[in-house]
Amino acid sequence: MTMRRIDPVTHLLSGAADGEVMAFSEPLSFWGGFEPATGKILDVRHPRRGETVGGRILALPGTRGSGGTPAALAEAIRLGVGPAALILPEPDANLLTGALVSQALYGACCPIVVVSPDDFLSIKDGSWALIEAGGPVTIRAS
Amino acid sequence: MSADIVLSDRDRHFLEGGEGKAYRLAMQLVLGAAEAMGAEELVDIDFVHIDACFYSGQAHIDFARFILENDGRFAVPAWTNNGLVDLRRPELRSGVDPEVVAGAKELMRLYEEIGCETVWTCAPYQLPGAGRPKCGSHIAVGESNAVSFYNSVLGARTNKYGDFLEVACGLTGRAPKAGRHTDEGRRATLLITLDQVPEALRDQDIFFHVLGHMIGREAGVHTPAIAGLPRDTGEDRLKAIAAGAAASGGVTLYHAIGVTPEAPDIVTAFGGLEPEARLDVSPEALMAARDSLSTGAREGMVDMVALGTPHFSFTEFGALAALLDGRRVTDGVSLYVSTSRHVAALAAEKGWVETLERAGGKLITDTCTYFSPAVRGCKGRVMTNSAKWAYYAPGMLGVEVVFGSLEDCVETACAGSVRRDSAVWHPNAWGA
Repeated sequence: MTMRRIDPVTHLLSGAADGEVMAFSEPLSFWGGFEPATGKILDVRHPRRGETVGGRILALPGTRGSGGTPAALAEAIRLGVGPAALILPEPDANLLTGALVSQALYGACCPIVVVSPDDFLSIKDGSWALIEAGGPVTIRAS
Repeated sequence: MSADIVLSDRDRHFLEGGEGKAYRLAMQLVLGAAEAMGAEELVDIDFVHIDACFYSGQAHIDFARFILENDGRFAVPAWTNNGLVDLRRPELRSGVDPEVVAGAKELMRLYEEIGCETVWTCAPYQLPGAGRPKCGSHIAVGESNAVSFYNSVLGARTNKYGDFLEVACGLTGRAPKAGRHTDEGRRATLLITLDQVPEALRDQDIFFHVLGHMIGREAGVHTPAIAGLPRDTGEDRLKAIAAGAAASGGVTLYHAIGVTPEAPDIVTAFGGLEPEARLDVSPEALMAARDSLSTGAREGMVDMVALGTPHFSFTEFGALAALLDGRRVTDGVSLYVSTSRHVAALAAEKGWVETLERAGGKLITDTCTYFSPAVRGCKGRVMTNSAKWAYYAPGMLGVEVVFGSLEDCVETACAGSVRRDSAVWHPNAWGA
């Protein structure tokens, strides 16, 4: 079993989480392409259509378009079907807004860490990630 | 978080909870966004257009209640975007999940109580007052067509703000100084020329919708500047470009040389630098972009005609009334026009609403035709003159779409099947 330690570029929203990694190759539109009530990917053009993100650590290359992103993420987190944490290759104000609002309203933390693009690409789908609050991300190959 | 961002005493007071939980959360959201966007300081804003009043779930209501119950009130004029329902026409709500309708109405009521100006429009720039900020003003807007119109046509400065963040900017009166709020973030990088497009075509309203759609598909990360539009190009046409390009490509700012306020000439628009890219628009490419806005067959029967996305302006309403005067929408076809209450009142004074209703058309305010339950119940084929509507409706409503000019839409509504004046697209009409 191989372990890899990644030092995040920044913790946009600091917190601890661990879980199985869903590593997306494509950005996701949280509004229209995602169902907040179930955490399911709806976008017919998305390679992970039909899968659910609940409880997973989502390695997401970016979000598409809509200003509905924060509310969709907050609603999914409220219902317990949101991701356990987000790992991003670059900061995203909309995701951070949604996560901050759900933390303030529901006390549910969805940590967001930003890692370098190279580190991001090294994170494999199906691996296990441990995020330490304000600390490193440890990836364990499955 | 946000240790390096310059704060005013008031910002710090909000952040420390000196004004309660609503302002503390709002400041946390603004600073979080500032960090995510790489801003080092904040700017004062003059206006905010609220998107979070559009219901998509309980989190929307919980957020608004949190603000209200913790005595959050807006620091600047805050105008509402469309809601999910037409508050004045309950009959248009039939056939929709009652829980959703109740949630949507509750959310709209909450934002009224928080102190919004309840204009319920996606085209707030068509109303007088705070919705017409001065060139150079900083504002916070989320609705994509309005973001582009404000940046491009009025020269006000906004990024595209997501739900809750625009509310946070409005409560604190502050926004991160990044992106379109900075001079560097507004410079044109893509030159779009129209030399190959015949003047006769450039004088058609439909050209501007198609051009916007095409620019959205081609612009990528660039800020476009269009050369070759007449100096007196009106706001309806500039709106069509803004809405089309925002829908198909997320374009938040374009310049039109000699037309829009930050582009008096090409050198100024590009900040004295060479364009990084260039797009020479051909009539053939425009026709391909036009055709891509229709799904499936572009002929045959239609079930509905949808106008007013973004909300019709006073002048657009006038043009529609002139075309509809004395005409009758054929049985079995629904003609919907969405606009703001403000424009609807002005149109009613002119007798245009009566003209519309006498012809069998229906007015929708406070919301958009593609959110209206009446329209959501529609099946089959819909015609529209809006590139934005045509772009979104197949996915959102599962209908077939035929895209055409306003004249085509009216003729089609009266005939019951697609009518199209193809002459404007024919080289013979261009005097080539």
